[in-house]
Amino acid sequence: MLQRLRENKAWQGTLLALPTTLWLFVLLVIPLFLTLVVSFGRRSPDGGVIYGFSFHNYLRLIGYSTNCPAGQSACFDPLYAQILWRSLTLAFWTTVIVILLAYPLAYFIARSHPRRRNTFLMLVLVPLWTNFVIRVYAWMMLLREQGVINGVLGWIAAQFGLPFQPLQMLYTPGAVLVGMVYEFLPFMILPIFTSLEKIELPLYEAAADLGANPFRTFLRVTLPLSMPGVVAGTILVFIPVMGTFIVSDLLGGKQVILVGNLIQNQFLSARDPTFGSAASLILMIMTLIVTYFYTRKFGFGEEIITA
Amino acid sequence: MNPYRRHPFIRVATVLVYIFLYAPIVVLVLYSFNASRTNVLFEGFISSFGPLKTSGSLVTQSPCGPFHWFCELSRNREVGVAARNTLTIAFISTLTSTVIGTMAALALQRYNFRMKPFSQISLYIPIVIPEIVMGIGILTLFSQLFGVLNNALGLAGDSRLSLGLGTVIVSHIAFSVPFVTLVVQARLQGFDKSYEEAAMDLGANELVTFWRVTFPMILPGVLSGALLAFTLSLDDFVITFFTTGPGATTLPIYVYGLLRRIITPQVNALSTIWIAIVLTAVILLQRLQNREA
Repeated sequence: MLQRLRENKAWQGTLLALPTTLWLFVLLVIPLFLTLVVSFGRRSPDGGVIYGFSFHNYLRLIGYSTNCPAGQSACFDPLYAQILWRSLTLAFWTTVIVILLAYPLAYFIARSHPRRRNTFLMLVLVPLWTNFVIRVYAWMMLLREQGVINGVLGWIAAQFGLPFQPLQMLYTPGAVLVGMVYEFLPFMILPIFTSLEKIELPLYEAAADLGANPFRTFLRVTLPLSMPGVVAGTILVFIPVMGTFIVSDLLGGKQVILVGNLIQNQFLSARDPTFGSAASLILMIMTLIVTYFYTRKFGFGEEIITA
Repeated sequence: MNPYRRHPFIRVATVLVYIFLYAPIVVLVLYSFNASRTNVLFEGFISSFGPLKTSGSLVTQSPCGPFHWFCELSRNREVGVAARNTLTIAFISTLTSTVIGTMAALALQRYNFRMKPFSQISLYIPIVIPEIVMGIGILTLFSQLFGVLNNALGLAGDSRLSLGLGTVIVSHIAFSVPFVTLVVQARLQGFDKSYEEAAMDLGANELVTFWRVTFPMILPGVLSGALLAFTLSLDDFVITFFTTGPGATTLPIYVYGLLRRIITPQVNALSTIWIAIVLTAVILLQRLQNREA
């Protein structure tokens, strides 16, 4: 037996990969399948699942409702469709803003002296490694009605003898957007930096020799060559923003409900795992579609691992 | 042409983005020393040591002086339990995922076998699927599985299988293993096979070659994979949220629960300690990297 294993390379490979593959199969593939099965079921009165095959939960998500004014047996209720749309647009704007903020910084680091490059990168890592929940808390402190920003503004107003009414910043869509941008900014900086660092300097010299001005060089050389980093960063930002519920929960309160909050709510307080499962599959399909079209257009870089 | 020339716009934007990244952290740390209990404005440090004295919302004197909130935190038993859970989970899941993840990287890079395409594709699942989808999937798996097992084995009361440290650890391994494998695989890709061939020619068998040649060469990759797994586990909120049970609260879960009810300078003190640890780790890492280079 051992002798056969020593000679059979295919067996050795299978054996080495087995623990990881099995682990991922049991904890990622099977759960996804179970979620699919549950999403076709119905909620039992005690919050359990009655298995079946009905698209009821999916219809509810796109607006089909049986909870209607008298006389109607079915009507349109856009509540859940609005939540899906809100999550999608928030993820889109977060990604756009994060790219705009991350690019100059990544460019600065990539063009800094190699000896200082590591320090600048480490400065990006410190906020990233500071816990996710703690980073949301920092923004709660800043944005609260009795928070730091209002405190400072009020203090300034008092110096000039002006009346001051604290601004309502926490529990607004803006607060959620700022929080999301802050949380995921480092995930964009690192891959863009990696792809910028790979561009070889002679390319710039060639562009300059051929008469391109710095702006043209940037448009025709730097930007196209850094696209793999932007793509990787977009995947690393867009997907988690779509599924996060803490940021919207703590900074948006009841004002900003996203798909993540909807799913969490179905599993914990509303006790309808079948509807929660359907919402979670729709969320997954939405992110997969966006990722698929985005990577098909721009390619799927290796930069994703380096971050 | 100077390759390090950067447009003034880039410099200004960089400074602004760094300020955006650090201002919240500076405020967080500063306020952990705040004399004010309401944490609205910074009202100065608690400057005198002695028995606790307050006036209005200000703490004027504390046995711990400016470190008043840190002392309060150290007396908080829930935080101690949560910290211990967080570290236990991070250590066990890092160790396991590093070992099995490195094995898988070797297999995928060096061997051909039938389930190879499936193994490789499954590594990308945690990257392209939102965490919450994985979280509720794993929750469904465990609740169904435990339901069936508890019935079949006739377990009741305290001996019933339920969510807890074990389920959290198993789930953390699932989302960190792909990252370890991908990092080690990247390291193996740039690996010159002639060193191993030379070792074999000199009479070393496969095991000796692995431990004396291959392993030392991929060690940096293995270590950065382990580091990644460790930070992912420490930072994780969503998966833990859905797979944890009574008695298995981690620090992020504890802080989240607290923040939904009250805001207290104790959370600032906890954040300051966390940031100090991260900063130390980052500086140590940088030293290590500079020595290597």
